[in-house]
Amino acid sequence: MSSYRIQGATGEWEVVIGLEVHAQIVSKAKLFSGASATFGAEPNANVSLIDAAMPGMLPVPNQECIRQAVKTGMALNAEINAWSRFDRKNYFYADLPQGYQISQLYHPLVGEGAITIDPDEKAGIVEAKTIGIERLHVEQDAGKLMHDQHPTSSYVDLNRSGVALMEIVSRPDMRSPAEAGAYLRKLRSILRYVGSCDGNMEEGSMRADVNVSVRKAGDSFGTRTETKNVNSIRFVMATIESEANRQVDVIEGGGRIVQETRLYDPDRNETRSMRSKEDAHDYRYFPDPDLLPLELTEDFLAACKAELPELPDAKCRRYESELGLPVYNAAVITADVETARWFEELVVETGKPVGEVGRTASNWLISDLFGALNRLGKTIDGSPVSPRQGAELLGLIADGTLSGTLAKQVFEIMLETGIDPGKIVEERGLRQTSDTGAIEQVIAEVMAANADKVEEYRGGKDKLFGFFVGQTMKAMAGKANPGVVNDLLKKALS
Amino acid sequence: MAEITDLGIAGIRDGFRAGDFSAREVAEAFNSAVAAGKALNAFIIETPDHAILAAEAADRARAAGELLPLSGVPLGIKDLFCTAGYQTTAASHILGGFTPPYESTVTGKLFAAGAGMLGKLNMDQFAMGSSNETSYFGNVVSPWRRNDGGNAPLAPGGSSGGSSSAIAARLVPAATGTDTGGSIRQPAAFTGIAGIKPTYGRCSRFGIVAFASSLDQAGAMAQDVRDSAILLEAMCGFDPKDSTSLDVAVPKWELGLSSNLKGKRVGIPKEYRVDNMPFEIDALWKQGIEWLRDAGAEIVDVSLPHTRYALPTYYIIAPAEASSNLARYDGVRYGLRHLPDGANLQDMYAATRAAGFGPEVKRRILIGTYVLSAGFYDAYYTKAQKVRALISRDFEDVFKSVDVLLTPTAPSAAFALGEKSADPLEMYLNDVFTVPASLAGVPAMSVPAGLDGQGLPLGLQIIGRPLDEQGVLNAGLAIEERAGFNAKPQNWWSN
Amino acid sequence: MSVDAATVRKIASLARIAVTDGDVEAMVPELNNILGWIEQLGEVNTDGVAPLAAVIPNHQRLREDVVTDGNVRDKVLSNAPQPEHGFFAVPKVIE
Repeated sequence: MSSYRIQGATGEWEVVIGLEVHAQIVSKAKLFSGASATFGAEPNANVSLIDAAMPGMLPVPNQECIRQAVKTGMALNAEINAWSRFDRKNYFYADLPQGYQISQLYHPLVGEGAITIDPDEKAGIVEAKTIGIERLHVEQDAGKLMHDQHPTSSYVDLNRSGVALMEIVSRPDMRSPAEAGAYLRKLRSILRYVGSCDGNMEEGSMRADVNVSVRKAGDSFGTRTETKNVNSIRFVMATIESEANRQVDVIEGGGRIVQETRLYDPDRNETRSMRSKEDAHDYRYFPDPDLLPLELTEDFLAACKAELPELPDAKCRRYESELGLPVYNAAVITADVETARWFEELVVETGKPVGEVGRTASNWLISDLFGALNRLGKTIDGSPVSPRQGAELLGLIADGTLSGTLAKQVFEIMLETGIDPGKIVEERGLRQTSDTGAIEQVIAEVMAANADKVEEYRGGKDKLFGFFVGQTMKAMAGKANPGVVNDLLKKALS
Repeated sequence: MAEITDLGIAGIRDGFRAGDFSAREVAEAFNSAVAAGKALNAFIIETPDHAILAAEAADRARAAGELLPLSGVPLGIKDLFCTAGYQTTAASHILGGFTPPYESTVTGKLFAAGAGMLGKLNMDQFAMGSSNETSYFGNVVSPWRRNDGGNAPLAPGGSSGGSSSAIAARLVPAATGTDTGGSIRQPAAFTGIAGIKPTYGRCSRFGIVAFASSLDQAGAMAQDVRDSAILLEAMCGFDPKDSTSLDVAVPKWELGLSSNLKGKRVGIPKEYRVDNMPFEIDALWKQGIEWLRDAGAEIVDVSLPHTRYALPTYYIIAPAEASSNLARYDGVRYGLRHLPDGANLQDMYAATRAAGFGPEVKRRILIGTYVLSAGFYDAYYTKAQKVRALISRDFEDVFKSVDVLLTPTAPSAAFALGEKSADPLEMYLNDVFTVPASLAGVPAMSVPAGLDGQGLPLGLQIIGRPLDEQGVLNAGLAIEERAGFNAKPQNWWSN
Repeated sequence: MSVDAATVRKIASLARIAVTDGDVEAMVPELNNILGWIEQLGEVNTDGVAPLAAVIPNHQRLREDVVTDGNVRDKVLSNAPQPEHGFFAVPKVIE
């Protein structure tokens, strides 16, 4: 149970949240036409006569879009409806050339499923929680209207028109902004594992309609509002917070919540009503007579199932049990498919049994690599260091060629130059030395230069041992093997 | 030798092949007939250049020995078919000046088969109508007149009235039509020609301006059954661009023509014997039964119990689909735009559509919008689709025991223009015999079978099993041979 | 069920067809006449009947995911009432 509550004048209010996520399906061509689905083309370039709804143009569905949606449904442990159908949602808008959106209302492709969000005590999620998925269906995206190009006209660009979307509708099972955030992160993670959506909210390939209502604990659901097209997880959380507070204020002020569509304004961090249109809720859905019922064969479904990758929850459990990773490491690495892929490649490249190197590799990845990527503002798929290079670096540490300090130094050079660590070690002489003769000579010099401290140490000031280690390492430019230095110093000082 | 313009497809094709005339001569003869036939208002645009170019290609092909199935044959094209580079309006104002940068699959196939285009034929606006009075370009007039000397202008039927009128007046040897609830068969019956609507899915709908997607089906209109078979063969075929297209081979219907019906069973559905049916139509139907018996068929009384619900079912489904199909005419991407001063986007839509659609189109859009609107969907639309399933099942059941059905095509001969246009419902009732086959998607054709007391043509309808166009054509041929229908309207239209 | 003037106005607005008072007055009886006639379907027993899904039994084919279309902007805009800079222009929309 979430402890998140809105403190009102009349007591505590519970927030009830449901999310409808629109996720752009990864495909080359559009859902019903052969035009490209890629982002960022010249205006109206990725548009076929079908997308522009020319008279007599007809839709034919893209198999890949259906396959992606089915696989996503399977990844959400949902029932797949082998018989589904496309319906028309009728309304007039300049970004909707047909005057209707082809969607699925009555018989969606995917039925009930679920997502488990992980505990996150800091965020107030004390235990894992299952969020129900009501349905997933396939539909067309609309075009785009541009309002800032001309003083009295808006411009219509149909490049997005007809691109395939999945709409994933949750149950009203979330009770806090944090739970909504965790749900979205988990959903995005699953979509990216499946490869059905790139999850890029900034480019609009994932957006959420946020349904929010408030109630006193134990009461039945209150009237909800729907805030449309929120395009980041942070904004979804902020939308819930501000909308829930607004609703509490309205109710406690003696008002009533109207079921309506709202917009989130990030600049003011508030939601506002979209000028409500009286026909907004009369979409006159009916089965699209240009299309036949979609009947999926056993073979098609089996092939979809076979293509499913290992999903984040399963992978996380396996990393814990088989690889012996700490829970935290396993969760962080499996949260994103690219990270997991990078990690697995890293482990393979070390050439050693996973049980042996997994833990070290995961620590290095989470602290060193993530730290560097954060600093550089890069994601893991843009990492300047490859898994092979990472593995080589780990190997150099493991065989004693590099100390921790040297390894950090080498890693920095790798980030800057992209050169392999072995080569850096060779060219720049950054090899750690275990040559006792050379170390003993330096120790002798350090002791000679600090005779007073040697006296103090021998007089019982043990703490000075670290000083000698530091001086020795410094004199050797960090290249001495710290273990050997320790042993030899102990001998020399005793 | 007969006038070239008296020839149909087979006559032109065979005469051209035999060297009796050149394709250019044919095109010129028909171009002249079209130009002289303006009083019929059968064409929205004339395209003599297209016909000539195709004819020249045909003449070259003949010289090279590379003849195509329709080499040398010029055709009329209903204005519902998008023709690349040639205005296509669906006889509406809202598509005024619309010039498609694409070709419909059906016209593309016809042109690829060597045919030329004489012009775009007038029709009821968006194919909504049974008299051709809803065209934005003025009604087509039938070449036929009653023998009462009154010269009242008659309806050529609808919606493919430009097609029927032009064929009957010999302005074109044959034409494309489309049939949503009888739009090929009723005008064919009214004008003494043949017309066939194939099984739903035989002709691609790609590039045909949509009226009601689950009912719309292109078909052939021609002087006789053989020409209908030839033209239909060239129009049909699987098209991956139409999801509802049937992926089945197109039989050689012309080759398969046979009027010997030995072993065939013909059903006579009792529900088509409606109240107030003119005596002459009933008599003609009985005559048709005798003709088919004479051709060797066994006659069987059958029942299609849900027939009387076909029209109301149709008038829910067709307007519902139309209300959505016609939403794209909004003044944004093509066609008419009406932008009153200070109008916003939604005002522009309402003004454009008010100015661009005729009264019948608006009526159907409103009915369709109403039956789909919140709270009414199940009571109207879902109910209608259930009754449609029952109507379809009626046909399925009856075709277990008979091969084809014989009925009248329409409950009356051609009526005068203006006679029924005041009452939409009365107009709708004229499709009572044609709508059931449309709802069930089965093939059906009208063949001319006789004249009524006023000297106007009457047609008989043959309805067949899904994909059995051959059975329909053969029964049609048997009637045609026995009816010996050779009446022609007197030429009053060309000067 | 029968429609009144307000309903006709509402449907016309949903369908984005501007109507005058005169239009509405004429349409009310006309539509009621048609709708009244349609309602005879209520007589038909359709218990247990599934709505017709495909006119002729047929399966929805699916396309391969290949880019075969697009890059036809000139065609797309060739009939536009107001093409500007590669866009369709419409009266300014305030969202």
